[in-house]
Amino acid sequence: MAKLKVAILGSGNIGTDLLIKSLRSKYIEPVIFIGRTKTSRGMQKANEWGVPVSDAGINFIIKNPDCCDLVFDATSASGHMKHAEILKKLGKIAIDMTPSKIGKMCIPSVNLEECLNVTNVNMVTCGGQAAIPLCQAIAQTGSDVEYIEIVSSIASISAGPATRANLDEYIHTTENGIRHFTGLNRSKVILNLNPAVPCIKMKTTIFAKIKEPNIEALSNAVEVVEKRVREYVPGYEIIVGPTVENARVIITVMVRGLGDYLPEYAGNLDIINCAAIEMAERYASK
Amino acid sequence: MTKKHIIISDPSLRDGNHAVAHQLSQKQIAEYCKRADKAKIPIVEVGHGNGLGASSMQLGEAPISDKVTLITARESLKYSKLGIHVIPGFATIEKDIKGAIDYGVDVFRIASHCSEADVTKNHIEFLRKADKEVYGVLMMSHMISIEQLVQEAQKMESYGAQGLVFMDSAGHYLPTDVKQRVEALIDSISIPVGFHGHNNLGMGVANSLAAVGSGALLLDGTICGFGPGAGNTQLEVLVAVLTMEGYDTGIDLYKLLDAAIWAEKELIEEIPVIRPISIVSGMAGVFSAFLKPVKRIAEKYDVDPRDVFFELGRRKLIAGQEDLILEVVIELANAKQKELKAGSI
Repeated sequence: MAKLKVAILGSGNIGTDLLIKSLRSKYIEPVIFIGRTKTSRGMQKANEWGVPVSDAGINFIIKNPDCCDLVFDATSASGHMKHAEILKKLGKIAIDMTPSKIGKMCIPSVNLEECLNVTNVNMVTCGGQAAIPLCQAIAQTGSDVEYIEIVSSIASISAGPATRANLDEYIHTTENGIRHFTGLNRSKVILNLNPAVPCIKMKTTIFAKIKEPNIEALSNAVEVVEKRVREYVPGYEIIVGPTVENARVIITVMVRGLGDYLPEYAGNLDIINCAAIEMAERYASK
Repeated sequence: MTKKHIIISDPSLRDGNHAVAHQLSQKQIAEYCKRADKAKIPIVEVGHGNGLGASSMQLGEAPISDKVTLITARESLKYSKLGIHVIPGFATIEKDIKGAIDYGVDVFRIASHCSEADVTKNHIEFLRKADKEVYGVLMMSHMISIEQLVQEAQKMESYGAQGLVFMDSAGHYLPTDVKQRVEALIDSISIPVGFHGHNNLGMGVANSLAAVGSGALLLDGTICGFGPGAGNTQLEVLVAVLTMEGYDTGIDLYKLLDAAIWAEKELIEEIPVIRPISIVSGMAGVFSAFLKPVKRIAEKYDVDPRDVFFELGRRKLIAGQEDLILEVVIELANAKQKELKAGSI
């Protein structure tokens, strides 16, 4: 079977890591790696690996509309706002890695099948990919869930300039994702960048306010979530199972990355990219 | 000769909130603001312990919203400027900062962990465009080298910060540490430098004096030291000492002392003292506000809270990572169980 041709737009940490994962895939094939400056580290890496590069941004795809079937947009929220319309006109499937909130929110373990029917999906955020499957388990097993809050800690070095400039958008998009997938009215998201050396692995804690928590049912549901997410994010691990402390239900998950472009501490980068690759591969085999 | 003027910012109603699990009431805020205003304290900071938008299960939920807090303080402050603490990652421009402007905040202190100044860029720039007074704040500053501290301060200055405050959030510094940092900052940035001290090792006032002695122009202090753990630099002592050393703060000392007498009765549950556990927390360099959750969780799992603090210090946890205390305590509890079992064989 011929592989699905994909373009990667954005040559930062996310884009370069997606390139490595695409090169390894049995279902998709990266045909072009697009950035803005040929001297960037990501572009140099693409050259080394023999992948064609361009510094023309979205114009490359406009001028070469037949180059690919699917585009990963790893630029920025404002970038994707411009690109979404163009890609739609060109009939390309767009997998949006930015917190632009344009496409259908996609968490593979939760709504992969539904997402195959649309042509622009948004991968929410790294914190969203880690927490939303668990938030949904909480919403489904607990009666009277009042409020959910998630707190993520990531290694400073794994947060590139775009992530740092988009902190507010990260928070808004993740909060929106939690409300969307759980049906709750209120959610809160907090992000900590920790500069400790050696680098800390990505950890996300979910706090829930539940009137009468059923910890046994929740523990079983959490186990199912962990197993399902691990199918596409091998380093996803529950390190504190559902625990009641100070009138809060607490779950902590750690994500160990595959160590492709950034070392394994960068689980934040890995989880959103693994989710995007899972999505692209399913489009390919559709 | 005119006396050197030092600007005092008073975060009693913000850092003090850590000491009461963020439960300060609307009445307490109004009453303290009136007294601070009478004492002519230049800046009065209010809000959740971690600032705007930080009321949460992670850190403790406040009984009143940011909106009520700010409006209440605004109504009681005529002379003093109203200040707030803002940490990007907790608060956002859209959800929180725009509202704070509408409620009449004068001074925005945009803070980040000491090594992460670039996350404050959007927020500082936005507020400068809105024509607000903006300081940059570097928290937990003992965790990086002097050279790094200078680089991060320069970033905040380049975004438009009009003052730079570095915090000894863990109460870890000795006076020489403060002196070296102030001198390095003054050599490299052109905006006023400020210092925010904590008292874990009994150095709050001494460190603040070292800061102004080296050229700092802004100091933070709280009434009766009201703050997390061993508390902050004690404001009324600080003002007295600055007066004796020939500095001018513009604060009415008697009115300030009156406010302290009121605060002891009506505001503060327990006057901060340097308890053994806070000494350990200061030595370990852990965020002072971790005291309450560490004590609570360590007790539940029957582990020594001192071990928890040293372990948290070893793992270099920063402010805002309170969720990971549970993980560390469970690990220590498991290790203890293992040891006990091994011992019984």
